Amino acid sequence: MNRFLLPLSIFVVVVGFLGIGLTLNPREIPSPLVGKAAPEFSQPQLHEQEKILSPADLKGKVWLLNFWASWCNGCKTEHPVLMDLAKSGQVPIYGMDYKDQREEALTWLQRGGNPYSLVGVDETGRVGINYGVYGVPETYVIDKQGVIRYKQIGPLYPDTVEKKILPLVKQLESQ
Amino acid sequence: MIPEIGHFALILALCVALVQGILPIYGAAVGNSALMSVAKPAARTQFLLVLTAFGCLAYAFADKDFSVLYVAATSNSQLPLHYRLAAIWGAHEGSLLLWTFILTIWMFAVTLFSTHLPDAMRSRILGVMGLVSVGFLLFMLSVSNPFERLIPAAPEGRDLNPLLQDPGMVIHPPMLYMGYVGFSVAFAFALAALLGGNLDAAWARWSRPWTTVAWCFLTVGIAMGSGWAYYELGWGGWWFWDPVENASFMPWLAGTALVHSLAVTDKRGGFKVWTVLLAIMAFSLSLLGTFLVRSGVLTSVHAFATDPKRGLFILAFLAIVIGGSLALYAWRAPKVGLGGSFAMLSREGMLLANNVLLVAAMGSVLLGTLYPLFLDALDLGKISVGPPYFDSVFVPLMVPALFLMGIGPLAQWKKASVPDLAKRLKWAFGVSLVSALTLPIVLGSWTPLLSLGLLLAIWIVTTSAIGLRERLAHVNGNSLVERLASVPRSYWGMLVAHCGIAVFIVGVTMVKGFETEKDVRMNVGETASIGDYTFRFDGTQDVVGPNYTAARGTFHVSQDGRETTVLYPEKRRYPVQNQVMTEAAIDPGLLRDLYVSLGEPIDDGAWSVRLYHKPFIDWIWGGCFIMALGGALAISDRRYRLAWRKQEPAVPVPTRAARRKVA
Repeated sequence: MNRFLLPLSIFVVVVGFLGIGLTLNPREIPSPLVGKAAPEFSQPQLHEQEKILSPADLKGKVWLLNFWASWCNGCKTEHPVLMDLAKSGQVPIYGMDYKDQREEALTWLQRGGNPYSLVGVDETGRVGINYGVYGVPETYVIDKQGVIRYKQIGPLYPDTVEKKILPLVKQLESQ
Repeated sequence: MIPEIGHFALILALCVALVQGILPIYGAAVGNSALMSVAKPAARTQFLLVLTAFGCLAYAFADKDFSVLYVAATSNSQLPLHYRLAAIWGAHEGSLLLWTFILTIWMFAVTLFSTHLPDAMRSRILGVMGLVSVGFLLFMLSVSNPFERLIPAAPEGRDLNPLLQDPGMVIHPPMLYMGYVGFSVAFAFALAALLGGNLDAAWARWSRPWTTVAWCFLTVGIAMGSGWAYYELGWGGWWFWDPVENASFMPWLAGTALVHSLAVTDKRGGFKVWTVLLAIMAFSLSLLGTFLVRSGVLTSVHAFATDPKRGLFILAFLAIVIGGSLALYAWRAPKVGLGGSFAMLSREGMLLANNVLLVAAMGSVLLGTLYPLFLDALDLGKISVGPPYFDSVFVPLMVPALFLMGIGPLAQWKKASVPDLAKRLKWAFGVSLVSALTLPIVLGSWTPLLSLGLLLAIWIVTTSAIGLRERLAHVNGNSLVERLASVPRSYWGMLVAHCGIAVFIVGVTMVKGFETEKDVRMNVGETASIGDYTFRFDGTQDVVGPNYTAARGTFHVSQDGRETTVLYPEKRRYPVQNQVMTEAAIDPGLLRDLYVSLGEPIDDGAWSVRLYHKPFIDWIWGGCFIMALGGALAISDRRYRLAWRKQEPAVPVPTRAARRKVA
């Protein structure tokens, strides 16, 4: 083999790996919370501040908990996917507005549409700590018994929703 | 309006860059001088356009224009002006604009200092730089536009990450980018030489000063980043082998190898193919660094919100630029003849060994940085590679390189003799060995690593001294001062840079060997001792900064009953991002730093406190600055000053090459 081609060949291999690397998420570490009961919280709601949102009220339902914020770039990518999912009505999505300012969060939902059945406010990030949130967006699938079944780190894509979230939701619904 | 002007300037710059990237290279290929002459005005126009864009973004920040998304995301009305301006490179989009701006600065500099280059060479150089610029402008305009509007405007900005609100961070990124992007000049020179098929000593002579300047900037940039981590992160470390640090260190290693390899090509006409490859490597690693930092394929304290579209774009760009240039290399390099032959034991041989070791070190850093990604891609699990790997691989590779550093400059070109070298170096070796063995004992603790570090540092200094003495014997002049003055500055530069390494090694060795730290709980009025120093905690006060509130602790430090200094570490709270920052207080000194950082408040005014005593730590950065100073001395050498003053067109390359063949 031509030794002058060697640098190019090494580079091609590296690019191959970098390409695969792009499709992976380095933060996707198996969550120890999967299979455990979803941590309790009772947070004020974003729209009606005097009411609260708590997982206890959602027992018996399969639901998604989505951590988001108006300042988060990935949430922008994810937003249309959530809107479609909400429209299809296959599973209720509950939002958790993470370390955000109320005004900005409300404007964001007004502008882009509101996919959430209800939105809780986690201003200090305390709920996020209990759920082991690395950064927003993150989404949890929680079953009828209030057990976390799946955790998505980073934005949801149509693909993930089709292939992972919806089959899982169906299976959990039938239990 | 102003942001739109900036946006428009970028679009125009892209058009100009396309012209600059295509016409001159084509013109050089077909020998059309009209097309070639486009390069210079195009490069200058592009510089002015990107300068305009940069100015517009700066204006938007200064003006607190929160209708620009990027400004709203990275600044705040409470943020002082100098940090608002530094916020230009506080996040992704602006960093890219800075990158491109610096690229055009380098281009502009090439147009200024290239009148002595043959037309075809200059056109190709500017053309290649233009093509690189096309990629970055396209990237900005397609997926990372810094001028994107936010309608309606945000009432208030989200503020600059408090970690970056620091004087070090104002200067560090521009320095680092000057280095990164500066390698694009050496890269463009190498590609131009490959395209033109004239890889000769002249090419090396021209690209040497450019490479050295870029290397100096990169050295200073990395040192400042490391210094920033030391005082801003609050754990007293200065290097973490973090992927982003590695991303800047790999081009440095390749660049250091390149600087040495260019010397051989320039002086002896050897290593041509290898030098070209190093030039491609240094810039490729700069691009790879940008990819690693900007795409988020690796986790790091520096990682930014990942956007897959951006990652894909950079990867494609990387594949085209690096893949293309390596393909060109594979195609053209075999035709380049080898330089003169040399014995393994000669200055060439030692420089080659130094090169191989530096590249091997670079490769091992690259492997360690990408290994987690490789494993993940092959579905073999999640791991992270940390300092134990890097330390155990890097040190053994550097030890022989540093040892050779002492011998190389004293060895003859072509063939050196062992008995002769041994005779000239025996004193240096004896002095180094004896002092390395005894010094640690005098200082109070002996470990093999401590001795090894000191051995290498003293070896470098003593061999440099011998080199200088021999040199002085050969230059003209009556008095010592006269003779010192007639030693060429490039030689001084080398000595100074090598001694910078020695200073750096002393710093690292002493810090690793003798640092002490203590985590203590301190009540008001309590004292804690570390080494000879006693720290008395006098409680905290609340202070208010421009955009933060802080608890400021007061520590009276005394040594043997005499007060040394008073330190005021802070725990700051930045309300906009609701972030808490630790501002360590440091009493710097030539021989030691005293370092105090506040942990958490416990109760009744008590705090958890971290105290450090760091001997010689400032030598680490001092060494880096001395290295850069050496580089600066080297390029102030007489021959470059003469070359630039005259600015006369050089003998066209073909004739020069022909003449050499005849000779």
